[in-house]
Amino acid sequence: MNLKYYFDYNSTTPTDPRVVKEIIPYFGTKFFNPSSFYRKAGEISIDIENSRERVAKLLNAEPNEIFFTSGGTESNNLAIFGITLKLKEKGNHIITSKIEHSAVLNTCKYLSKKGFEVTYLPVDKYGLVNPDDLKKEIKDTTILVTIMHANNEIGTIQPVKELSEIAHKRGILFHTDAVQSAGKMKVDVKELDIDMLSISSHKIYGPKGMGVLFKKKRVKINPMIFGGAHEKGLRAGTENVPGIIGIGKAAELAILEMDENEKRLKPIRDKIEKGIIETIPDVIINGNTDKRLYNTLNVSIRYIEGESILAFLDNQGFALSSGSACSSKSLEPSHVLLALGLKHEEAHGSLRISLGKYNKKEDADKLLEVLPPIVEKLRSMSPFWKKK
Amino acid sequence: MLYSKKVMEYFQNTKNYGKLEDADGIGKVGNPRCGDVMWIYIKVKDNKIIDAKYETFGCVAAIATSSMAIDMIKGKNIDEALRLTNKAVAEALDGLPPEKLHCSLLAEKGIKAAIEDYKSKK
Repeated sequence: MNLKYYFDYNSTTPTDPRVVKEIIPYFGTKFFNPSSFYRKAGEISIDIENSRERVAKLLNAEPNEIFFTSGGTESNNLAIFGITLKLKEKGNHIITSKIEHSAVLNTCKYLSKKGFEVTYLPVDKYGLVNPDDLKKEIKDTTILVTIMHANNEIGTIQPVKELSEIAHKRGILFHTDAVQSAGKMKVDVKELDIDMLSISSHKIYGPKGMGVLFKKKRVKINPMIFGGAHEKGLRAGTENVPGIIGIGKAAELAILEMDENEKRLKPIRDKIEKGIIETIPDVIINGNTDKRLYNTLNVSIRYIEGESILAFLDNQGFALSSGSACSSKSLEPSHVLLALGLKHEEAHGSLRISLGKYNKKEDADKLLEVLPPIVEKLRSMSPFWKKK
Repeated sequence: MLYSKKVMEYFQNTKNYGKLEDADGIGKVGNPRCGDVMWIYIKVKDNKIIDAKYETFGCVAAIATSSMAIDMIKGKNIDEALRLTNKAVAEALDGLPPEKLHCSLLAEKGIKAAIEDYKSKK
């Protein structure tokens, strides 16, 4: 069975054909190293700067605040390592949340083994950080607060403006991982008053292996990758020119299409949510249904395990994700779902449906047609399911 | 994650599942925390397993190994069934991804627990 219905856009997106078209010359006639002397190479530098401007516009930032990296993971690493290395004389305390992406969590975990102290803020049962908790945890040694904008698994959107305000009142820098929100919703670094922010290209219909760190001009951080003077010395290495051109085009398209995507995808997501609640008993909707990405739905289907559901769906041409341990290669289920207070078995039984701009209305009907019988079959195999 | 064709076949066309109402032995193994729970039911007559079923909460590998293990013990006598190893179950499925090998161990444990339960009731 071929893959016909893709519901995993929070995992990755296909590169928009208009992006691909714009990238292709940079593999051929425009292959030059932008650092070279000759004019043809110099022209590439201009293209890179145009791309920087496009990305800056997506975030309402200044072009000189945009730094190209290899992806969201590197941006998060660069922000956290960069600031902690720079400010380690000033303090050694970092505040983050329990539901961050592993690119933030594991960076913090590593630093905690290297003499830094990390506080992981809890979230409520809908996945929201309480700003009062942040206020309480800040101390004289705190040098960075890093809390994600929108969560990749449940879509909950944090009050980052309020959180950054609290950090700033105490003179502390605020970083946010905006990999899931940028391109989907308005992310304005001036309005939100953010010091550093990470985005990823392949989540916004750009190529993989490409990301951006926004960094306010006055914020000084240490580099992690050393070499040439690329990216103003903050990130060495010959530029990934096709990637840079790609994220620029993707950012431009996102600005144009964001509102339309929201208008079209939210009703499809809501329809799937309503359909699941109506046709499948004993389900839990995970996340905050008010403050949630319009494309994301996370649901725990009790008494069965997520990977089995994914396998049956895959067989019928549907691509989804789960927070079960089995689909992640680790033995623990999703740390995000556990942080909401779900039981292990409820986290194991979770499904994530994340929509994107190529989903059609009919996709929802198809999913709602195939899912209930799959659930019924797996429940009939489960020792926990007692027919009512 | 890629499973062997045989695993997918056993997963998708699994038989032998459900409750065995008049079971002589039930083996309950696994832990919902880890995402795998297996209940093995056996019906025994003249020291022979004449029927067996499973109920499993778990992933593709857990369901496929439950199904395969039941196939492998049905019609066997108790001693033969006790000799079933997790390796044999995994091999019969043309192998399992390394991080899924613990599922086949669960099937072996489940069968042993069901036989123990049967023996304790005798």
